[in-house]
Amino acid sequence: MEKELRLMKGNEAVAEAAIRAGADGYFGYPITPQSEILEYLMEASPWKTTGMVVLQAESEIAAINMVYGGAACGKKVLTTSSSPGISLKQEGITYIAGAELPCLIVNVVRGGPGLGTIQPAQSDYFQAVKGGGHGDYHLIVLAPASVQEMADFVGLGFDLAFKYRNPAMILSDGAIGQMMEKVWLSPQQERSKSVPAWATTGKPSTRKRNIITSLDLDPNAQEVFNQKLIAKYNEIKEKEVRYEELRCDDAEYLFVAYGTSARVCMKSVQLARAQGIKVGLLRPITLYPYPSKRLNQLADRVKVMISVEMSAGQMIEDVLLSVNGKVPVHHFGRMGGIVTNPEEVVENLKSKIIGG
Amino acid sequence: MAEATGIKDILKPENLVYNKTKIMTDNVLSYCPGCGHGTAHRILAEIIGEEGLQSQTIGVSPVGCSVLLYNYLDIDWQEAAHGRAPAVATAIKRLLPDKFVFTYQGDGDLAAIGTAETIHSCNRGENILIIFINNGIYGMTGGQMAPTTISGMKTSTSPYGRDVKLMGNPLKITDIVATLPGTYYVTRQSVHTPANVRKTKKAMRKAVQYQKLNKGTCFIEIVSNCPSGWKMTPVLSNKWMEENMFPFYPLGDIKVPEEKSAQ
Amino acid sequence: MTEEIIIAGFGGQGVLSMGKIMAYSGVMQDMEVSWMPSYGPEMRGGTANVIVIISSERISSPIIKHFDTGIILNQQSLDKFESSVKPGGVLIYDSNGITRHPERKDITIYRVDAAEEAGKMNSPKTFNMIVLGGFLKVKPIIKMENVIKGLKKSLPERYHNLIPMNEKALQKGLEIVKKV
Repeated sequence: MEKELRLMKGNEAVAEAAIRAGADGYFGYPITPQSEILEYLMEASPWKTTGMVVLQAESEIAAINMVYGGAACGKKVLTTSSSPGISLKQEGITYIAGAELPCLIVNVVRGGPGLGTIQPAQSDYFQAVKGGGHGDYHLIVLAPASVQEMADFVGLGFDLAFKYRNPAMILSDGAIGQMMEKVWLSPQQERSKSVPAWATTGKPSTRKRNIITSLDLDPNAQEVFNQKLIAKYNEIKEKEVRYEELRCDDAEYLFVAYGTSARVCMKSVQLARAQGIKVGLLRPITLYPYPSKRLNQLADRVKVMISVEMSAGQMIEDVLLSVNGKVPVHHFGRMGGIVTNPEEVVENLKSKIIGG
Repeated sequence: MAEATGIKDILKPENLVYNKTKIMTDNVLSYCPGCGHGTAHRILAEIIGEEGLQSQTIGVSPVGCSVLLYNYLDIDWQEAAHGRAPAVATAIKRLLPDKFVFTYQGDGDLAAIGTAETIHSCNRGENILIIFINNGIYGMTGGQMAPTTISGMKTSTSPYGRDVKLMGNPLKITDIVATLPGTYYVTRQSVHTPANVRKTKKAMRKAVQYQKLNKGTCFIEIVSNCPSGWKMTPVLSNKWMEENMFPFYPLGDIKVPEEKSAQ
Repeated sequence: MTEEIIIAGFGGQGVLSMGKIMAYSGVMQDMEVSWMPSYGPEMRGGTANVIVIISSERISSPIIKHFDTGIILNQQSLDKFESSVKPGGVLIYDSNGITRHPERKDITIYRVDAAEEAGKMNSPKTFNMIVLGGFLKVKPIIKMENVIKGLKKSLPERYHNLIPMNEKALQKGLEIVKKV
């Protein structure tokens, strides 16, 4: 089967890709700027075709707990929301991580804190990559920079989630959610009929009962479990780092940016290069695991790194940890739902870093 | 004399009048002496065994005294976050519609922190069974006031008795869910006497049948005691329950299927 | 070839859908496209704008500050975006309701009185297609056949009976657009 070309919003691409990836269930609650996902699914009515369940829950809290229930049955389930809604889901997410359940969570980020704005932001970076809820855990975090990646990362997110029995998150933002681009959609996949050995589907006489829980009252056993999680995260760090480089070979200055900011920086690289400034871009595609090793190598070659992000400076902390003092690292970004533009990024580079 | 009628002489097949159900595991229950949870578990286990549902059942356990329920019944289990069991069960049942899905929740779990999940699952008519243990107190955390604590009742956070003007009124959540179109069968029972045990078991068996017929949400409240939380002996706690809880939470069916639709 | 366009006007003028048809037309011509709308409450009756980029290469930033072409459909948008057109670029506007006309000397300014024309044609909803016709006359970056294909793609099938009327409107735009 061939891929199909469509012009779609990032949000619509997530919805369509979920159907095509053979997802078993979607549970969500409306919030701007990602309500198109639930709207698209309701209109597409996949329960009539693939058998995928779609349910508008009474809250984000209920939605993430529905994801817990579905994932614990070994099903491919997802939920989507935007920043305030993702905060509400944090309880469920830590339980899912603690019970080692695979699922996909999409955050179409808007500016905060609090109710904030409905415009695009990248101010949920800490929450996404450092855990988010209580306890020691990590999500696998993918950062799409195009509508195509919004679609592609649905399948990738599910694959990684099931491979590692770990929740995966697509950390997007309002700009990528709302914009339309060309997207090549994969053909429809069958919903999986295989049942993971750990799934709760009713205990046959041939196996012991399956219990999905994150509870362990014995601290010694809990610590053993924590160590198991760390081993899993280390394996993920070893095998699943993804990033893209643009003009890094001869770069003296390096932008580090993901998602929408990375798209802005691609243009900034063109503009700066046209003025004879040797700039490159490293775009992390996985934010957890972070491309730390590569950044550390690049720190041997570049003079300065600039973490460009739509936040007060969150990812910069991972850049700093990666380069471990080898080069100075600056932050540049706008907040409150304002997306920086390519000229502004170049201007900052020239006035504050090269000239400063 | 003791040796003459030792325990081995008594444990003979011909003397056996009561057996452990197969569905109960050998794990020792973590409940206080005289607590109703063990009896409620046993009834549930009997029903699952007798109806041949072991391979078809997914249970959702709560946060509360019965948080370790998954250790006691030999079926597949999911442990939900506090109050979220009906949302968890909603997804299980929708993704595995042929399975028997139930939640087992206490009053703090179901009627306080999980009120939204309870109301909305019932209102959607999710085809699940909700078993609701109401002992008017937060047992696991040490006897604090619950949404169901009756007026004047002493708890560790209402040490002079629940003052409804200050602390709000006890919530009859079962009566509320009975008004929702999604619930099919709503009943309030107890497990403190053999007669009541039989009634509760009958109610559970009905709920199993209704779920097989996709009738909607079945909701069984079990008014129960908490000797430790109430600071009473088991016997006294049952007496106190009859005298104080039952007048406010009267036993019996609250919503029953109409004859025609029950066929 | 890269064409960076902003379309701005009132919500309800068909700003976003014109951009969508433009983007779909680009897709039909095997181009890379991006369509980045302003979104949120300001769309409901207030101003709406969308950045459309059509390019033969991979599009870098979908969010930009300066444009090759500005398509401006009300006074507020003119005040806001006149200065955003690159020197040497193009500004196309509808003079309906405009009290202060564009003033820049370093860009080429075109007028397409689409509101008036749509009124004459007795089909106010084709307003945005008349404007698009004007744009295609000034910047013939997409073949008309691909625009029609794009139109078909972006309209739900139940509205396909309206395509001939929209084609007529496009033609009208080609005819009436004039350099100021």
